[in-house]
Amino acid sequence: MSSVTAGHVPPTTHDHDHDHAHHGPEKGWRRWVFATNHKDIGTMYLVFSLAMLLEGGVLALLLRTELFAPGLQFFQPELFNQFTTMHGLIMIFGSIMPAFVGFANWMIPLQIGASDMAFARMNNFSFWLLPIGAILFTTSFFVPGGANAAGWTMYAPLSLQMGPGMDFTIFAVHILGASSIMGAINIIVTILNMRAPGMTLMKMPLFCWTWLITAYLLLAIMPVLAAAVTMLLTDRHFGTAFFNAAAGGDPVLYQHIFWFFGHPEVYVMILPAFGIISSVVPAFSRKPLFGYASMVYATAAIAILSFLVWAHHMFATGMSTTSQLYFMYATMLISIPTGVKVFNWVATMWRGSLTFETPMLFAIGFIFVFTIGGFTGLILSVAPVDIQVHDTYYVIAHFHYVMVAGSLFGMYSGAYYWLPKWTGVMYDEKLGRMHFWSSMISFNITFFPMHFLGLAGMPRRYADYAAQFTDFNMVATIGAFWFGLSQLIFIWLVIKAARKIGEPAPAQPWEGATGLEWTVPSPAPFHTFETPPVVK
Amino acid sequence: MPGGPQVNQLNLHRGVTQIASDIMDLHSFLLVICTLIFIGVFGVMVYSIVKHRKSKGAVPATFHENVGVEIAWTVIPFLIIISMAVPATRAVVAMKDTSNADLTVLVTGYQWKWGYEYLDGPAQGVKFLANLSTPRDQIDGKAPKSDTYLIETDRHLVVPVNKKVRVVLTANDVIHSWMVPQFGVKQDAMPGVLRETWFRATKAGTYRGQCAELCGKDHAFMPIVVEVMEQADYEKWATEQRQALQAAADDPTKTYELEELRARGEKVYAANCIACHQANGQGLPNTFPALAGNEKVVLAPMKEQIEVILNGRPGTAMAPFRDLLNDVEIAAVATYTRHAWGNNGKGPDPIVQPSDVTALR
Repeated sequence: MSSVTAGHVPPTTHDHDHDHAHHGPEKGWRRWVFATNHKDIGTMYLVFSLAMLLEGGVLALLLRTELFAPGLQFFQPELFNQFTTMHGLIMIFGSIMPAFVGFANWMIPLQIGASDMAFARMNNFSFWLLPIGAILFTTSFFVPGGANAAGWTMYAPLSLQMGPGMDFTIFAVHILGASSIMGAINIIVTILNMRAPGMTLMKMPLFCWTWLITAYLLLAIMPVLAAAVTMLLTDRHFGTAFFNAAAGGDPVLYQHIFWFFGHPEVYVMILPAFGIISSVVPAFSRKPLFGYASMVYATAAIAILSFLVWAHHMFATGMSTTSQLYFMYATMLISIPTGVKVFNWVATMWRGSLTFETPMLFAIGFIFVFTIGGFTGLILSVAPVDIQVHDTYYVIAHFHYVMVAGSLFGMYSGAYYWLPKWTGVMYDEKLGRMHFWSSMISFNITFFPMHFLGLAGMPRRYADYAAQFTDFNMVATIGAFWFGLSQLIFIWLVIKAARKIGEPAPAQPWEGATGLEWTVPSPAPFHTFETPPVVK
Repeated sequence: MPGGPQVNQLNLHRGVTQIASDIMDLHSFLLVICTLIFIGVFGVMVYSIVKHRKSKGAVPATFHENVGVEIAWTVIPFLIIISMAVPATRAVVAMKDTSNADLTVLVTGYQWKWGYEYLDGPAQGVKFLANLSTPRDQIDGKAPKSDTYLIETDRHLVVPVNKKVRVVLTANDVIHSWMVPQFGVKQDAMPGVLRETWFRATKAGTYRGQCAELCGKDHAFMPIVVEVMEQADYEKWATEQRQALQAAADDPTKTYELEELRARGEKVYAANCIACHQANGQGLPNTFPALAGNEKVVLAPMKEQIEVILNGRPGTAMAPFRDLLNDVEIAAVATYTRHAWGNNGKGPDPIVQPSDVTALR
């Protein structure tokens, strides 16, 4: 795939000048509200998800503030529970998922040589649903009883006790789910139908492959989540009893439905990052990706297995011995294709010609910390050990190693890699490296001690804890504030790049990068590949 | 803290059951394998980072696949996983075997306390609630925190040493989870569902755990304390408990004086109502209604109040107390709320008698 070159890039001049006027961006707010251009919509997705990252991050810092010392100092438990819940929901549905759709919007057409996404108006609609979801999430703090405090998992029957804030969450999840489904349809249709001549599936950059598979996951799981929260809604208001045992329902049913969505959801949030890393590592190793085909098969294997392991989130819920053994074995198997990916990245670096610009630093950082999260995942898959650490800080450490150090670092790697293409200027390399090292160190200071807390038995979602856990919590809080402040460097760099401050970027700013996106000028013009390139 | 977490503890608890000990060994085994793989993989990567730098004049190779290597790093991990699965399977089967128990205890999760009931053995029929006993002043930072901060309860589950104790779990309102790390036990307690687990503690002592499933506001404030006693001590304790049970039996047909009901009601309130409705009867705005000056229920005819206490308010956190409190206790707590916090018995029916509750039950 990485040997792909554009055979001939046709000139982008237009024959009829009167048409040309209609092809440029609209002026002022109309450009954004009525946007149908994949690049503009991609930009909006990315800016939106960055804003939500900040909101979710502030909630995380409020949590860490209360947890700095034992005792209740700042927030009563009912408010604390709202913070934990909304931190999770906002980060997952508001930040990570939209950010990857933003990357997809920008890069998939550029990488496959398409002029735009397949359904431009639906693309606009799927973006503009997001702010509505965000408003519902945010304003739910101010309704009587406050926001949803039942955890992002919204387990019944606790979620049935919540006030109207829960209904806000339910509607927000419906809306954001609809947005994800539309985004997924758009990506599938674009990739399957709009590839440039000669761009066979097995020549596509891996980012397109991982997103194609992710989009199928989204199509399969978002309706399941919508069903789960709709049942909560009717249980809450319309007298049904899906999850009420006293009336013949079953609270365990909710968990099965939720995790049938929830486990593939984990891969929705990490597979696109795998794709980004698989572009960045070869570029800065100046060497083609090792095992392209096995990367594609491993991604597909992970996606298929993700539908078969959901109940490993429920070992403490209780199930028969055979079910428990089955879910344990199936979950352990996932580490094999995941391991293949890590081995391939390392083999790509082996005997390359490495340089360490910021995208590569984040990619290497990603592999390093994601692997730690992968290993704790393997340890958690072993049911007897899981019983000891289930619902403790060990799990918190595990999924932040894969979601922050995985998804977020993957996105930073991609953002630095493509920022010159998006804005036309190079970012400040020195500040970029500072952002990396500061984030990497503070991330580990925040989350590594949580492994110890979990092994010692500190339960998660606690507003207050036994005094024996104090020291590691203090360390984690200090690390969290350091990590939070480190992200301001990134925001500063993005603002600078958006205002075109910096050295002008050439069409191909990275020596070893390959792919169609580097054949168009930087910044990428409003319209690209109006005549499809021919891929040899 | 013996029986609870150590200060800055780094690893799992060795524990006092075979299961807990096996889990710790299993975890160490997994951790060693993972660490070795980690060192191997990142050793190669670090070597690359040091030696294959462009700045050192490294010229990139062009290879991009190798079927032999790729098969090897798929098959070898598979074999490693099998080596992990074997001891794990053994542990799962042992943990799931609740047969041939010497003693069965029913554990019920409530918002926010645990209820224990002995279903067989010398203490059969003994049942009680265990509430957090850490004083509020410690939580609010007005008093120094003790060693057992948030991991101490007023009553303990008492079991004999070296006996297989089967724990049957359910819940009254939402899902809770009964966790005692020293036993290697964690099992969710769910309303309308019965689940079971077991432990055999090999050493007498006091062991502590906490609720491990988010259950609302006071999730962090419903710890678990289990006291493991020598068999003789356990039997002595059981006898005392059964005698106390008989002595304390309430007579719901008797007519009680106001002062008796108020004094009893204050205790019932402190054990069952105070978490939501608060010590000052003000509740929490928009979440838990105030009882002080409450004209709809408390300062109104008693029928509504008795029914709310008996049946709860579906769709809210107000749970039914029908099975939790007897008629005397319900009458006492209703009477107490009608006189406390300036309510002063102003409304109709200032005194509720147990027979009034019996009539509505």
